[in-house]
Amino acid sequence: MEKQATRDAYGKALVELGKKYNDVVVLDADLSKSTKTSDFAKEFPERFINAGIAEQNMIGMAAGLAAAGKKVFASSFAVFAAGRAFEQVRNSVAYARLNVKICASHAGITVGEDGGSHQAVEDIAVMRAVPNMTVVVPADGVSTKKAVFAVYEHEGPVYMRLGRPAVPLIYDERLDFKIGKGIELRSGKDVTLIACGIMVGKALEAAELLAKEGIEASVIDMHTIKPLDEELIIRKAEETGAILTLEEHSIIGGLGGAVCEVVSEKCPVLVKRMGIKDLFGQSGKPDELMEYYGLTVGHIMNNVHNLLEIKP
Amino acid sequence: MREINLETVRIVEGKAKVLREDILKMLAEAGSGHTGGSLSSADIVACLYFWEMSIDPNNPHDENRDRFVLSKGHAAPVLYAALAEKGFFPREKLKTLRRLGSPLQGHPDMRKLPGVEASTGSLGQGISWAVGMALAGKIDKKDYRVYSLLGDGELQEGMVWEAFMAAAHYKLDNLTAFVDHNRLQIDGKITEVMSPEPVADKFRAFGWEVIIIDGHNVEEIMRALNKAREIKGRPTVIIAETVKGKGVSFMENRAEWHGTAPKKDDLEKALAELL
Ligand SMILES: Cc1ncc(C[n+]2csc(CCOP(=O)(O)OP(=O)(O)O)c2C)c(N)n1
Ligand SMILES: [Mg+2]
Repeated sequence: MEKQATRDAYGKALVELGKKYNDVVVLDADLSKSTKTSDFAKEFPERFINAGIAEQNMIGMAAGLAAAGKKVFASSFAVFAAGRAFEQVRNSVAYARLNVKICASHAGITVGEDGGSHQAVEDIAVMRAVPNMTVVVPADGVSTKKAVFAVYEHEGPVYMRLGRPAVPLIYDERLDFKIGKGIELRSGKDVTLIACGIMVGKALEAAELLAKEGIEASVIDMHTIKPLDEELIIRKAEETGAILTLEEHSIIGGLGGAVCEVVSEKCPVLVKRMGIKDLFGQSGKPDELMEYYGLTVGHIMNNVHNLLEIKP
Repeated sequence: MREINLETVRIVEGKAKVLREDILKMLAEAGSGHTGGSLSSADIVACLYFWEMSIDPNNPHDENRDRFVLSKGHAAPVLYAALAEKGFFPREKLKTLRRLGSPLQGHPDMRKLPGVEASTGSLGQGISWAVGMALAGKIDKKDYRVYSLLGDGELQEGMVWEAFMAAAHYKLDNLTAFVDHNRLQIDGKITEVMSPEPVADKFRAFGWEVIIIDGHNVEEIMRALNKAREIKGRPTVIIAETVKGKGVSFMENRAEWHGTAPKKDDLEKALAELL
């Protein structure tokens, strides 16, 4: 299976975007080789600004650039973009509803060896809580590229979450990516797997295996965490009566939390949240960490089995 | 005041060499990590751990101990090498760097490894931590000293200047900061990415005592540390002119070696050069 890291796809898409639109400006904070904004920097040096190791100033400058009419893409690791610069994101970018697209790479535990200080497990939760903010978590390279263009067209602030490791390609170029519209990749009546990012591919793998056991699982790529596709969630809740959410993020406040907010108010059904259980990450190989924190295909299978046992 | 003589200098130089060997070996074993900035700090860290600081590996939480905060936390290997050599943990553990379950995390974690004084890795935060420790020393009227090591790229973070302002404001003469002035960060030369220069003038304007030295000359590092002990009423910064990747010709002054670990071949060549 062909693989690509979402950060790699982001870097390439930015170059295409820059060719198409003159108002695109890209910012980074001394991590351009890792976030892949270096591709854009090479192609359009006059529209690339390296803030140095100064994430707060980077986001502040991004706000100013956007207020002056630019479409700004600002990148760093998720810990620093959503964490270090949080209040600049909140007050300078979101409160002022500016066209700043915060594209944060190295999110989640698959950062690997750098360890817990560098693994954002709470960025979706904090970004989602900010009014005016749109939150996008693409699952593969193709959807990342489409998302970059959609995010450009979208009016207002966006937080896009990208990953470090190469992940299997799920889509081809025919993908119709719309912010706020979840994608039903597979339909089954027994249970719905709602996933984002790296977990979408794993949910699909698990669904194949479940089918062999006679369990029919629906799989949703919920690439937009906010605004959330409530209609789709309610429909799937009604159709299947059980939901498993999957994210490479804390089970507190992320995709799982968002889905629970919707179903508990509008269509109460069983929901099990798969994610990192209120813990920090640590050093290790990405695959080892996915195993350690319970985010493998095997864990998905177990969770589905448990869920179906208690499903009324 | 610590004694500077041929013997003490020779001992620390020997320790710096051990640290460099261990840095290279553990990084090669881990297969990832930060080589350049660990090597550039080795002489400074050797002086602190094997000459300057009062610390006891058998009593790592002694409340009167001196404290070292590695603000440039990515240089964790140099800290781990020093702690192992000092006897805080068996040298064998160095091989577990960056492995799942190891106390030797990619960036220092004070909850996992005794001797690590601060959990750092997010640049800029360690120096504030050091200011806090120095403040505590003043409140408690203790005479321990606090040391911190910053990268020169790290100086781009706004919060370090907030910390420098606070340290001068509170007259923290028990605090000594080092700047590892190796002139490189990840994306290239600090002066090309986002210049923090002139660094010395900025510190002076912030009310600090400034000492500029060759950061690979052990005797100069020692003299600077002794001088810092005599300065009263303000903190001291030692701006150490260094070479990123120091000691291994093919790593020296090369930004590519910032976050790259040596492969097996590189390791053999590199170790041969250290002799
Ligand atoms: C807040 C924050 N932003 C970004 C990074 C990623 N990062 C790790 S090391 C580094 C460059 C550091 O350069 P410098 O301070 O000069 O260190 P040295 O050259 O001594 O290795 C960067 C940007 C980080 N660790 N923390
Ligand atoms: Mg440097």
